[in-house]
Amino acid sequence: MPNNPTPLAEPVESPISTSSISGQAGSNTAEPESRKVHAALTRSSTGNEDLRELESGLDSLQSDAARAARIDWSRILLPVAALVVLVLAWQFYVSLGFKRRDLVPGPLDVLGQFGTLWADGSLQEAVWTSLQRGIVGFLISVVIATPIGLLLAQVAPLRRAFGPLISGLQVLPSVAWVPAAIIWFGLTDATVYFVVFMGAIPSIINGLISGVDQIPPQYRSVGTVLGANRVQMALQIVLPAALPGYLSGLKQGWAFSWRSLMAAEIIAVGGTIGFGLGSMLNQGRDLADMTIVMSAILLILAVGILIELLVFAPIEKRLLRRRGLLAGSTR
Amino acid sequence: MPVVLENLGKRFGDGAPVLDDVNASIAQGEFVALLGASGCGKSTLLNIMAGLELPTSGALEVPSDGAAFMFQDAALFPWLTARENIELALKLRGVGKSERRTKANELLDLVHLGGAGDKRPHELSGGMRQRVSLARSLAQDRQLLLMDEPFAALDAITRDLLHDELERIWKETGRTIVFVTHNVREAVRLGQRVLLLSSRPGRVVQEWNVTEEHRTDAGLAGQLTGVITARLREEIRRHAK
Repeated sequence: MPNNPTPLAEPVESPISTSSISGQAGSNTAEPESRKVHAALTRSSTGNEDLRELESGLDSLQSDAARAARIDWSRILLPVAALVVLVLAWQFYVSLGFKRRDLVPGPLDVLGQFGTLWADGSLQEAVWTSLQRGIVGFLISVVIATPIGLLLAQVAPLRRAFGPLISGLQVLPSVAWVPAAIIWFGLTDATVYFVVFMGAIPSIINGLISGVDQIPPQYRSVGTVLGANRVQMALQIVLPAALPGYLSGLKQGWAFSWRSLMAAEIIAVGGTIGFGLGSMLNQGRDLADMTIVMSAILLILAVGILIELLVFAPIEKRLLRRRGLLAGSTR
Repeated sequence: MPVVLENLGKRFGDGAPVLDDVNASIAQGEFVALLGASGCGKSTLLNIMAGLELPTSGALEVPSDGAAFMFQDAALFPWLTARENIELALKLRGVGKSERRTKANELLDLVHLGGAGDKRPHELSGGMRQRVSLARSLAQDRQLLLMDEPFAALDAITRDLLHDELERIWKETGRTIVFVTHNVREAVRLGQRVLLLSSRPGRVVQEWNVTEEHRTDAGLAGQLTGVITARLREEIRRHAK
């Protein structure tokens, strides 16, 4: 035990001002037999050791025992089952023969097209090109949007001035920027990135701002009392406190990047713009080949789901669990 | 005198004054309990002493380095562990990185939470959180410690223990403490001096000294509690229509 027992019942001199926090050496030890307990009005413990013991007993009574985490198979099996049901329903519908097979291909036709696209390498190329652009564009958006968002959230006049514009930009479909981008940058990668930025940046800024708005006001009071200056307040208190909101902003920002990217790739084809998933979709339309169109749609969807499952979901889960916010949710 | 309040007044906007002509002085190392019914401006007074709000009239003298503050709920940051919460206070005070760790561990040990440093606030019980919060406010290393009903939300068993705990820490560290409460028993249990604040507007109407005998003699403490309660009720009755 690091502290010697310090009986509380020692005679009180006026307490001397000292900032030392080490325990004082006491000569008496607590005597359990002669405990006199007058809780509420007078001292109810007989000394430091007694208090330590009581508190640790109460602490263990009031804390939950840790539960061991186990793999929950329903988390994996249920989505897989849902997928199988959907594919079966699709196959069943096709086999009824209401529509011509080239207009509504079945799962097996699309699977065959997947094989062809894989064999000639265009599937890998399209996924790789789009994914790379999406990720690079998204990361640059994060780097641009985070300081802007923090600044807007912390400086009231800036927020009042630019807030409505940023919200407006989020409503404006980023496809609307494609014609402008083509005129400014031609058929180059710059066009694609520009459209991605215009989609993702406002959305990340908005997420961060709403995250900051939801911070309990008390956190700032604590920061003030602890003596944080403006920069420390922003980086040490506001940003971490706003992290859950910021993360949903990032998720939405990624979704906007990915959607904007597809839109840009469908519209802007040729030039030095490489072959992405949007280009594949466009190619399918040009060839009037529904299996290519379906393959491209499914790939776009699959990339979206995989990024959510492999990147955002684990980060979010960890973040919420560490803050004790996950209990009782259906995740 | 680390704290002197002279004719202090506070009103919000054009409303009735919340505090009016508050006079008090608090000596170095003193433990003062500020008692009053709800709506008497106790918390406002404390916020003014902490520099979180400005008075509308009068003058106050507080230590130039400001005051440490403990809130009614622990107000720990949920993204930090108990130790990191304390370390943040040290960091914002400008304590070097290597020293922070040892200092935080010392403080955790002082509040009897040596083993819980790596737990996050949501894993701690209410009493444990409030002790971490106490350690954090001690980490600020200010002579003056302001406490705003810090034990009001705790169960009775935990509260009794934390009273002992706070008294012990006060004696070990020699802080000047201003403790706001609406609980007469708590005021008598902790304060060396109990100041009664009237309601609407808040003003110090009477004060009592609590001696060492009151700490050990339940009968004596009960008597004083009765006297103060009667005076408090008189103050509340004044507002009856």
